[in-house]
Amino acid sequence: MNEKILGIIEAYGRSPYRLVDILLSLQKEFRCVSDEAVNIVASELGLSEVDVRQTKSFYHFFTTEPVGKYAVYLNNSAVSEMMGMADVVDEFEKLCGISFGQKTADGLISLDHTACIGMNDQEPAALINSVVFTGLNRQKVREIVAAMREGKPVESMVTEYGDGNNAHPLVLSMVKNNIRKAGPVCLGEYETGKALARSLTMGSKAVIDEVKSANLRGRGGAGFPAGLKWQFCAHEAGDRYVFCNADEGEPGTFKDRVLLTERAQMMYEGMAIAGWAIGAKEGILYLRYEYLYLKAFLENVLEEMRNQNLLGKNILGKGFDFDIRIQLGAGAYVCGEESALIESSEGKRGEPRNRPPFPVQKGYKNNPTIVNNVETFCSAVKIIENGAAWYKKMGTEDSSGTKLLSISGDCKMPGVYEVEWGMTIHEMLRMVGAENVQAVQVSGPSGVCVPPTQFNRQIALEDLPSGGSMIVVGKQRDLIKDIVLNFMAFFEDESCGSCITCRSFNMILRRQVQKVVEGRAIKPDLDNMKDWGEIMAKTSRCGLGQTSSNPISTTLANFRELYEARVKDEDFQSDFDMEKAIAESCEAVNRPPIVHE
Amino acid sequence: MSEKIKFTIDGKQCEGEKGRYLVDVAAENGVYIPVLCHWKDVIPAGSCRICTVKINGRFVAACTTPVEDGCNVENNTPELQDIRKAIVEMLFVEGNHFCPSCEKSGDCDLQGLGYLYQMMVPRFPYAFERRELDASSPKIFLEKNRCIFCKRCVRMIKDEKGKSYFAFKGRGKDLEISMDKTIAANISDELAQKAMDICPVGAILKKEVGFATPIGQRKYDNVPIGADIENLQKTNGGKK
Repeated sequence: MNEKILGIIEAYGRSPYRLVDILLSLQKEFRCVSDEAVNIVASELGLSEVDVRQTKSFYHFFTTEPVGKYAVYLNNSAVSEMMGMADVVDEFEKLCGISFGQKTADGLISLDHTACIGMNDQEPAALINSVVFTGLNRQKVREIVAAMREGKPVESMVTEYGDGNNAHPLVLSMVKNNIRKAGPVCLGEYETGKALARSLTMGSKAVIDEVKSANLRGRGGAGFPAGLKWQFCAHEAGDRYVFCNADEGEPGTFKDRVLLTERAQMMYEGMAIAGWAIGAKEGILYLRYEYLYLKAFLENVLEEMRNQNLLGKNILGKGFDFDIRIQLGAGAYVCGEESALIESSEGKRGEPRNRPPFPVQKGYKNNPTIVNNVETFCSAVKIIENGAAWYKKMGTEDSSGTKLLSISGDCKMPGVYEVEWGMTIHEMLRMVGAENVQAVQVSGPSGVCVPPTQFNRQIALEDLPSGGSMIVVGKQRDLIKDIVLNFMAFFEDESCGSCITCRSFNMILRRQVQKVVEGRAIKPDLDNMKDWGEIMAKTSRCGLGQTSSNPISTTLANFRELYEARVKDEDFQSDFDMEKAIAESCEAVNRPPIVHE
Repeated sequence: MSEKIKFTIDGKQCEGEKGRYLVDVAAENGVYIPVLCHWKDVIPAGSCRICTVKINGRFVAACTTPVEDGCNVENNTPELQDIRKAIVEMLFVEGNHFCPSCEKSGDCDLQGLGYLYQMMVPRFPYAFERRELDASSPKIFLEKNRCIFCKRCVRMIKDEKGKSYFAFKGRGKDLEISMDKTIAANISDELAQKAMDICPVGAILKKEVGFATPIGQRKYDNVPIGADIENLQKTNGGKK
């Protein structure tokens, strides 16, 4: 065992910067990162044990005890629940004889939950040893468990492959692309290398000017102008880096999954163009762990592009050197925040940094760094190819171009749609075949819960900004329990805890929602939730804490009657339950509690 | 010398060096901005958020934000006072703080702020979290019930090779402070003392020593927290 551990550490150059990679390799090899392994890693890397453990314990997919030979991670995001997760849970638990969070006594199967794995258009979905299983139901669970009992390799349990590159020999996944509408930018016609060749003749400043003039704004959700980011970075001294953020963790978004599968060249080309524009030699694709099934394929695309001289040394004979490596995440939503993503890439806990300095000033290893979303890089390729004027003809004045929407939930045609910015929610719902809609969750849990009275609003950065997640909630759903409570539990888990306001208020607020759902809340609880959420939003450092009260605040604003119907018409109640408080001592003396009201 | 700049805090004219953190520059101008995680000249964590101020209308943490020429800072407004009081209350419900039995009582920054903001009953429901006490080191206790996640010990207590004695473990609701059992077994008396001194609460305590100063004569027993900074202003008569 020690030999193997030392070999893994050696393979990553004994570098603490690669700690996440080392831990990933250990987890894969031993199905856990044991305390013993932690100690060896610590001593080999010159770190203390708690230094290693603080990184290890940050990420969802590292475990201290071995996971099962078949490690099931079932998605428990809201849409998975809406699509029948409870049946899947029940069937797994019944057949395996254990509950979620446990492992069978023979160590064969472990059952766990995980946050959204980017398959909201084909839920319920699970990762089993990082192989994706979609559209689960009782029958499929029976087949899977039977195959596990027979000891079949997980890969062999996938018999039908999805469309496009999902059937590529290096992917062989059952995932479907579900591309419902291809627009002219990201999912339109594309010829690899054309835009990069053009960039190299244009000169780096002209590339930045073109992207600026196209008013390309970051597609991850924040909407920061990409050209401006590139320009700021280009002006800083140091070894500059290009990061592509493929950590789409916002529940309900899966459009980057489709781009990674079908437009990998385009994304890499966009990174190379950005590298040329800012004067970088190295790019890093930060790939979320949930998309591990695409890694071999994505590595292969890199190799092909090197062979085509679109990456590597002296690209297209123009003296430009640029190459890309893939950095895997290990399961943490907050790593989608750009500075947390950089921290994670440096082998640390994915805690967002304080600003200033901004990543464009001091990013990866304190060097100037740009971080852009997969879709942003793909869009940049088309902007260079067809020009800013072409691009700006699409969309609205403030939001130019197209946007990929990942639409899921209660609709007939969930999937990826490339639409021009400016589409109204009404139009979107017609497009996806949604009827009897109670609400649309725009931009995931951190976004806005929009009621029917506002369905004439536009999907645009100036009205309803969206990173891509669109969840349609039908009238049959219990909005507070199925949506709000699920989202708050998600944030409670995913807060990094670095800001104590974000850590604690998400816990406090989740409990308040629970109280409403269970019918224990009183009227003042509603205003309290709103006020407390505002305190968290005002005092938290990064986007997570600044937006994680949105599920509560936007539903309180738009669906207050649902809350009022569930709260008691009282102004005061004691949170103290005497019977509960003395239950333990009553049991000890074997006497029923006698409480005088 | 760096560039001198002028700015205002709650309308009061202040001066300072460009690029330094607001919380330090404010203190030099006799303005107290409360802190729990900040420690002068140590890379800021920005984790306790109690120093939240408004600069030109935006909420920011004063310990991580450099001062800019001409900016208008809001500090002691009712809105910010209430936010800070809420954070103190939140800390009292999320951990388990029993001041009367705590060795740090009177020297505790959290308790000091509780008095400053006249906290009576926290507005939030108590969490009653179960947390461990780590007594494995021969020199220090780590009383996790009292930890407020300020990261001072994480950032400042290192061995000669730069290894950490303290680090976070887990995340979100499972976050906890942890101590390295291996190296903490041999921590020096000086470093153990330093760890206790920088801890703003009573989470890190040195073993095998009594406490020389009796309750009633400790740091915040007779003067409120922050008074030293504001008195600097008074003794200077407002002169620079």
